[in-house]
Amino acid sequence: MRFETAHQHTWRKIKSALACTIAFVSAILVISPLGLVFFYLLIHGAGSVNWDFFTKLPAPVGAVGGGMVNAIVGSLELLALAGLIGIPVGVLGGVYLAEYGSARINSVLRFLADVLNGVPSITWGMVVYGLVVLRFKGFSAYAGSLALALIMIPLILRTTEEVVLLVPNGYREAALALGVSRWKTIVHIVMKTASKGIITGILLALARVGGETAPLLFTAFGNRFWNHSLSQPIAALPLQIFTYAISPYDDWHRQAWAGALVLVTGVFCVNVIVRILTRGRAASVV
Amino acid sequence: MTTSERSVLECVEPPAELASAEEPVPACSFQVKNLSIWYGEKRAIDDMTLDIASNAVTAIIGPSGCGKSTFIRALNRMHELVPKTRVEGTVLLQGEDLYSSAVDPTIVRRRVGMVFQKSNPFPTMSIGENVIVGLRLNGVRDRKFLNERLEKSLRMSALWDEVKDDLHKPGTSLSGGQQQRLCIARALAVEPEVLLMDEPCSALDPIATAKIEELIYELKTKYTIVTVTHNMQQAGRISDYTAFFYLGRLIEFGPTTKIFTNPSERQTEDYITGRFG
Repeated sequence: MRFETAHQHTWRKIKSALACTIAFVSAILVISPLGLVFFYLLIHGAGSVNWDFFTKLPAPVGAVGGGMVNAIVGSLELLALAGLIGIPVGVLGGVYLAEYGSARINSVLRFLADVLNGVPSITWGMVVYGLVVLRFKGFSAYAGSLALALIMIPLILRTTEEVVLLVPNGYREAALALGVSRWKTIVHIVMKTASKGIITGILLALARVGGETAPLLFTAFGNRFWNHSLSQPIAALPLQIFTYAISPYDDWHRQAWAGALVLVTGVFCVNVIVRILTRGRAASVV
Repeated sequence: MTTSERSVLECVEPPAELASAEEPVPACSFQVKNLSIWYGEKRAIDDMTLDIASNAVTAIIGPSGCGKSTFIRALNRMHELVPKTRVEGTVLLQGEDLYSSAVDPTIVRRRVGMVFQKSNPFPTMSIGENVIVGLRLNGVRDRKFLNERLEKSLRMSALWDEVKDDLHKPGTSLSGGQQQRLCIARALAVEPEVLLMDEPCSALDPIATAKIEELIYELKTKYTIVTVTHNMQQAGRISDYTAFFYLGRLIEFGPTTKIFTNPSERQTEDYITGRFG
């Protein structure tokens, strides 16, 4: 056996450096949109994020000023209501997939959940429009939350299933061997052990639907005033941004930028919370 | 060798060799009759009949894959967690059929506790919570009773003095040997009649192992203990009776001293002397 020549050695180093550079550039390309978006939003929106923005209702058409307080509160209401529907169904469904059911049924359910995850969000708006809005003859906060909940369910279901499957079998066996019933083992041992992961999945799903506009277009519809009943149309931050962005008024454009900045910051904060929650992951298994 | 000769501890009619011994014939805890267990198509246990004595340590030895764990898990119906298992034959616990359709496996497991090879204290719970979790999840709320049982169980598992000031710390903060004793305390807290141990020392160092062995020796005054072990010396040290399994069959069962000094089966002798396995 012979050692490589100096020439081969140099050529190998060049190839290595080339591969490294390509990977580095790709990585930059992946994260640069986030930086660009944030930078752009700051430039255009930061000036309009002020006290009025968080405390005032939208000004009448044509008038300057006003804020988006009704949209911010509306978004929170929609998320709360969507969570009320989507979290229990998603979490319990995920637990079913991980703990019960036969392998064949589970693989079908898993496949369906993945298909649902890929359905364009406007489709959910149309489905809820047909099922709820037409039947009850009106746009409402209920319809908007249902559309958001339908998007959340398959997301939460899959993340819950994955983290519940990560819980080592030894804990289930230990609890069952103590004469603890199956469901108590699942609730008090398995889900408790996986709780951080489950909460992470829920937060990420909330962050995802918090920015959804399309499913709200013909369900929640939007509202320039306070919503006084959940069976009435309700404002939401992404909807308000959409409406203002396509309007002809400069002041509205500025407020749309501000809204987008607030929304992105909110989603960013949720992700930071998730990071903090999952930091101790190694210590507590899941 | 016929099936009836294999069960050395026949409760009803003790065989002559035991009846003539100086000790009185011990009562038996489990009576296993013609037990066979299948995982799908694979037969893991093949027609086993043996009786397990009360307040004694019974060790099960044999090479890997001989059905030791399956057998011990059949004694509290833990093997049913594996899908597609099928059982034939009977297992009586104090005369009651474990596999009768009226029996809830959850209740069986309250009477027959289990300690596993890998110590597995619940990571979300403190040392104290780990011990009383079985009682709490079965609806015991009385704080005073729980505290008494907590101390009693930890004392029985020889862990009290080491952890009494750290009961609030996570169970996983203990050393490997302490964790295993915590798991024993957890199993004892629900006051079972029998303690099954599936290679309880195989992940521990010699010092921790010695402590667990000492503990087993003390616990047998109150409990029936069935333990699986890969370690022949350990079986010799701690057990009163030894069963040798090979390929899912019970090859030989009898007092440990006899199995280790004067086995009647050639295969037993070969295994114990290290010629195979």
